[in-house]
Amino acid sequence: MQIAVASGKGGTGKTTVAVNLALALAEKGPLQFLDCDVEEPNAHLFLHPSLGEEERVNMPVPVVDEAKCTACGHCAQVCAFNAIAVLAGHVLTFPELCHGCGGCTLLCPEDALREEPKEIGTIQRGHSGNISFVHGKIKIGSALAPPIVEAVREQARKEGIVIIDASPGTSCPVVAAVKDVDYCLLVTEPTPFGLHDLNLAVQMLGKLKLAAGVILNRAGEGDEMIEEYCREKGLPLHLKIPFDRRYAALYARGSALVEEYPHWREAFRDLMREIEGRVGK
Amino acid sequence: MKELLVISGKGGTGKTTIMGSLAVLAKDKVLADCDVDAADLHLLLEPKIEESHEFYGLDKAVIDPELCTQCGKCLEVCRFGAISEDYYIDPMDCEGCRVCHYMCPVEAISMVKHRSGHWYISSSNYGPLVHAALGIAEENSGLLVSLVRQKSRELAEELGARYVLTDGPPGVGCPVIASLADIDLALIVTEPTVAGLHDLERVLALTEHFQVPAVVCVNKYDLAEGKTDELEDYCREKEIEVVGLIPFRQEVNRAVIQGKPVVEYSPGPAADAIVDLWGRVKGLLDNRE
Repeated sequence: MQIAVASGKGGTGKTTVAVNLALALAEKGPLQFLDCDVEEPNAHLFLHPSLGEEERVNMPVPVVDEAKCTACGHCAQVCAFNAIAVLAGHVLTFPELCHGCGGCTLLCPEDALREEPKEIGTIQRGHSGNISFVHGKIKIGSALAPPIVEAVREQARKEGIVIIDASPGTSCPVVAAVKDVDYCLLVTEPTPFGLHDLNLAVQMLGKLKLAAGVILNRAGEGDEMIEEYCREKGLPLHLKIPFDRRYAALYARGSALVEEYPHWREAFRDLMREIEGRVGK
Repeated sequence: MKELLVISGKGGTGKTTIMGSLAVLAKDKVLADCDVDAADLHLLLEPKIEESHEFYGLDKAVIDPELCTQCGKCLEVCRFGAISEDYYIDPMDCEGCRVCHYMCPVEAISMVKHRSGHWYISSSNYGPLVHAALGIAEENSGLLVSLVRQKSRELAEELGARYVLTDGPPGVGCPVIASLADIDLALIVTEPTVAGLHDLERVLALTEHFQVPAVVCVNKYDLAEGKTDELEDYCREKEIEVVGLIPFRQEVNRAVIQGKPVVEYSPGPAADAIVDLWGRVKGLLDNRE
């Protein structure tokens, strides 16, 4: 079963929820953790996995064979991403704008373009006790996150529990991280920002037809607005994690709630039981 | 005219909260929100929309079943898995590259316009705001960010404004890269946590890569002073100036819950620190050539 943790708004506690759920369940058996927040992957800071070699994630980008190129400009015309220009009789490519669609190479009338792999990020696999861990990292300066998210998700096992930590927002990298999962947890906070972005995330999941539930982090003042929203939308509010300076200090140094406070282990296992009930597995 | 971009790498460090107060403190400016897929600045500034425009991303491919012979060419050339075995193109997966359109031997695939969001020019008590809303689960956020940047700059020039203050998106990917183009100064808001430090390293690598001058502000610095020391040491090593340390105070949370800028709603140590922060950032902006 694949469970994604997403949020809309950044910094609401996605990684906190994903990591604590993983640690609480890992005491009972093996599972897999995929950190798909490839722009800012952080789960390894809390799970401390032993990490293997970085494996490159490549995208094909065009290279010009000057001997064959007649600078006809067809490639620049067909490129939808402005990644090729013809200037003063020469073809210039801008690999950082390229989406790797292969159009220019296929359509060049002189067969003067070929593709070469360009590194856009890496994935890394590792272990932490019962947790089999994978994360991806976009290369600094590279713009395209979705292919790296997909490379991480390709590592997903067919059997057992897979927990996926997504990036904030509601656009293509998040869609790539949550698409086709069995259940999605949305983590929010009791502020107008949290509510606004929760609503965006709920709309995204509606579009993707995914089952979802909500977790309210830093609960305390202002909870009513989230509770009321969940009631209105018929969304289960699975768990509230209160604001507590001690929890903030734990997070700051990279420790997990369930490691320090055993009662949270039970709370996260209950959460898993609720998810299983809703998914019907 | 000078352009400031507020970014963070890690989400939720307080970009928008601080930006909301800078909007109160800075005079003679245009405001912009480039966090186009989860824009929140309008919740603090309560803008009145003056102009609303549609944003079209790249055209999407559509197959005409009347013309399609199901030859399989499009399936073969599409690298984004957007075309199903029964020859339907899922607009959510189509990147708009047009390769199928060019390669279809019977010209059964056309490219159709695709509205993927809106952008707005609004007025607020704190000055004009250019903002946008990318449609849910849409692509091309970089294009929309570039548009918001361009429109805010044009508006600032038209009004003869001194500053453009822009709230940026989290992360280091496509929308952040689009936000950074030609920025005079990036203010990076971080927090004293292991994740804050890790993400600061990545976002500073990005500003360095694009040669954008950057300064750092540590929000909630007193929640973990040891980590704040580590952040400051890291910045010293990188020769990056730390221009603000903002204490954690419940009054900041209360201001956010009320949807009000901190410096207006709740005077106190956190508000004072943001006033100092703006003083230093303004000095740096004014001294740029």
